[in-house]
Amino acid sequence: MARVGVFICHCGENIGRTVDCPAVTEAAARLPGVVESVDYKYMCSDPGQQMIKDAIKEKKLSGVVVAACSPRMHEPTFRRAAAEAGLNPFLLEMANLREHCSWVHEDRGEATAKAIDLVRIMVEKVKRNAKLHPIRVPVEPTALVIGGGIAGIQAALDIADGGKKVVLVERSPSLGGHMARLSETFPTLDCSQCILTPRMVEVAAHPNVTIMTYAEVAKVDGFVGNFEVTIRQKARYVDPATCTGCGTCYQKCPSKKIPSEFDAGLANRTAIYTPFPQAVPNKPVIDAQHCLMLTEGKCGVCAKVCPTGAINFEDTDREVTVKVGAIVVATGFELWDHSAYGEYGAGKIEDVIDGFQFERLASAGGPTGGEIRRPSDGKIPKTVVFIQCCGSRDEKRGVPYCSKICCMYTAKHAILYRHKVHDGRAIVFYMDVRAGGKGYDEFVRRAIEADGAEYVRGRVSRVYRRADGKLIVRGADTLAGQAVTIEADLVVLADAIVPRTGGNELAQMLGIAYDTNGFYSEAHPKLRPVETATAGVFLAGACQSPKDIPDSVAQASAAAAKALGLFSQPELEREPIVARVNEEMCVHCRACIKACPYGAIEDYDIKDRKGNVVRTVARVNEGVCQGCGTCVAVCRSGSIDLDGFTDEQILVQIATLE
Amino acid sequence: MTQAEAKSTESAEAFEPRIVAFVCNWCTYAGADLTGTSRIQYAANVRIIKLPCTGRIDPLFILKAFEGGADAVLVSGCHPGDCHYTSGNYHARRRWTLLRNLLAFTGIDPRRLFFSWVSAAEGQKFADLINDITGTVRDAGPFDPTNPARRQPWT
Repeated sequence: MARVGVFICHCGENIGRTVDCPAVTEAAARLPGVVESVDYKYMCSDPGQQMIKDAIKEKKLSGVVVAACSPRMHEPTFRRAAAEAGLNPFLLEMANLREHCSWVHEDRGEATAKAIDLVRIMVEKVKRNAKLHPIRVPVEPTALVIGGGIAGIQAALDIADGGKKVVLVERSPSLGGHMARLSETFPTLDCSQCILTPRMVEVAAHPNVTIMTYAEVAKVDGFVGNFEVTIRQKARYVDPATCTGCGTCYQKCPSKKIPSEFDAGLANRTAIYTPFPQAVPNKPVIDAQHCLMLTEGKCGVCAKVCPTGAINFEDTDREVTVKVGAIVVATGFELWDHSAYGEYGAGKIEDVIDGFQFERLASAGGPTGGEIRRPSDGKIPKTVVFIQCCGSRDEKRGVPYCSKICCMYTAKHAILYRHKVHDGRAIVFYMDVRAGGKGYDEFVRRAIEADGAEYVRGRVSRVYRRADGKLIVRGADTLAGQAVTIEADLVVLADAIVPRTGGNELAQMLGIAYDTNGFYSEAHPKLRPVETATAGVFLAGACQSPKDIPDSVAQASAAAAKALGLFSQPELEREPIVARVNEEMCVHCRACIKACPYGAIEDYDIKDRKGNVVRTVARVNEGVCQGCGTCVAVCRSGSIDLDGFTDEQILVQIATLE
Repeated sequence: MTQAEAKSTESAEAFEPRIVAFVCNWCTYAGADLTGTSRIQYAANVRIIKLPCTGRIDPLFILKAFEGGADAVLVSGCHPGDCHYTSGNYHARRRWTLLRNLLAFTGIDPRRLFFSWVSAAEGQKFADLINDITGTVRDAGPFDPTNPARRQPWT
């Protein structure tokens, strides 16, 4: 005979305000098999958990229903408490009275009736729960870091310093990401390259780190502790083992007119190239789309001049499979395409540039050697207009969120410009200045007060080029309440930060969620900010939300700590929600074997004592089974059932709703 | 409308549909959680039964729900390509499509069977979905008009 205890939580006022908890408690007490029914203000608190533990012991409960928040929130908490009191944790179920009831309904009568239903179905289910025991799986103590920007580098270094192996995969030919392109960084104005390149070298030289640049993740299989990842190494056409990085090849390459991605199109590169002189690894790759040898079959100059014979035009994409226990996703961001803003020149006016282009102009290693010269005629601009929130906070045409870092980098741009062009005017159009962070507001004040940036609160309505070459910026100064027209030489747009293109495909490979803007979703916005809904996959940097360098580095270290925590255990416990075949009933139709997305079901020969095969049935490999239950639904003879979600458990829930 | 009013009248206006929703643990259940955390209100006519994956849904569950007095059944899982278990939602979609024909054959209006994709990020969509279904089914009337018990709200 079942002895079920029902524990109803008020969640302070969260449930109690809408749901009549004492009424639910009374209704639950009358349900058959319920021997204990109590309500309490905070069931998840220490005294609340103690109530459950005491009741399990005193009333010898065979099942527990906690009617509180979502099981996604506190099921592990209560299951732990049940286990501490000696009850198998899988004999505890939760009824979701908060997210699915009190928070979404206003009518007290309706909400209470629904709450009683939710408790009833869970009481009936828990009566049919079986004791389950966690499955133990080994952990592969190697991490995969996807993305070689500052977040990926930091995560890789931290994990490697923790003594575990790391595979660092980067899509472009070099590590460094966007940070390598920056001139100086806010709020200290320290040189970006000076702080980044030593880290790039450190990670490349680390004995625990394997770096794969010019490579992409192609496929992810497996689960926490045991991922099997296929990485596609794109054809480099240069053997990195023999190449010495001397650079003769790209000096001689005749295809010299390819816009450089690294310089945001402000300079050109050759077909065989390294993205920038400090690249790590400093070995060139051939851009197959632009190489004359690979497109037209003639040229081959690089192969002729290479002193070590490292050029190989026969190179092809290769796939490499690695086994890893944890994955850190650090794919970063890119800039929103401001051509949607037709009134700002729609990307057609050469002297309307984005933030990265300004960074390259201001960078000592950039195409102008650090002099601010406008792209169209190379003249030093005497008036520069910076337009903030280009695409950000614009639900209709841009993105609804604040891109967070633009206020700061625009202030930095204004300062850098004023430092380089003393008689120039830097005019910043802003909606609001959001400078939350250590030393950030002081930095913006410095831009205005010490460096004379002119801040105008208002939007720009139009940017166009006058016949004499001047850019006319028309906007509003909402504080003065008047229209303003500025004759500018250069316009810099602070484009919104958006996730990397192709991020959704990667998310699907990894089985992680992304929000409506394409940023990857963390498991909990406050308490689990680096984990994802998929165990063993962690987030770092701007792929989760727009972030500046300190935040990205902090999150990367947090992700590394999570991965190291995972690796500190020799074995992992996994939820024992797996399918089980009743071999007496199985007719071996093999429908389940075909339906299983994991190949977890195999043919199994039942043999007699002499070793003759008597019958063949399906058998589930519980180490591989993930517990989706697709096989159960296709089984014609009803011979497979899913632990934790048996046919009986589900049918009784349906029947209880009558 | 209170329960007492609903029970006291036999008129069609008093009809409160009963909706059983079979949702997967990873997308729609989490999406419904997000509806809660966002405090988006929706009709209280739905009862959610959580499954690991929509692929777990045996067509029998849906038939049993109708047999048990549901006026509508909703199946909702992850968007195509987003299934936590790779392909369970495709199995669910195929089964659901076939089941609609079977329902029509058995005399149940197939329009009482709803299907949707609600991701963990779509709290508003879940609320809109439940409100839409409740409205549609309220207009359509109870599933089995010959049984007066079906006219009463849940519990």
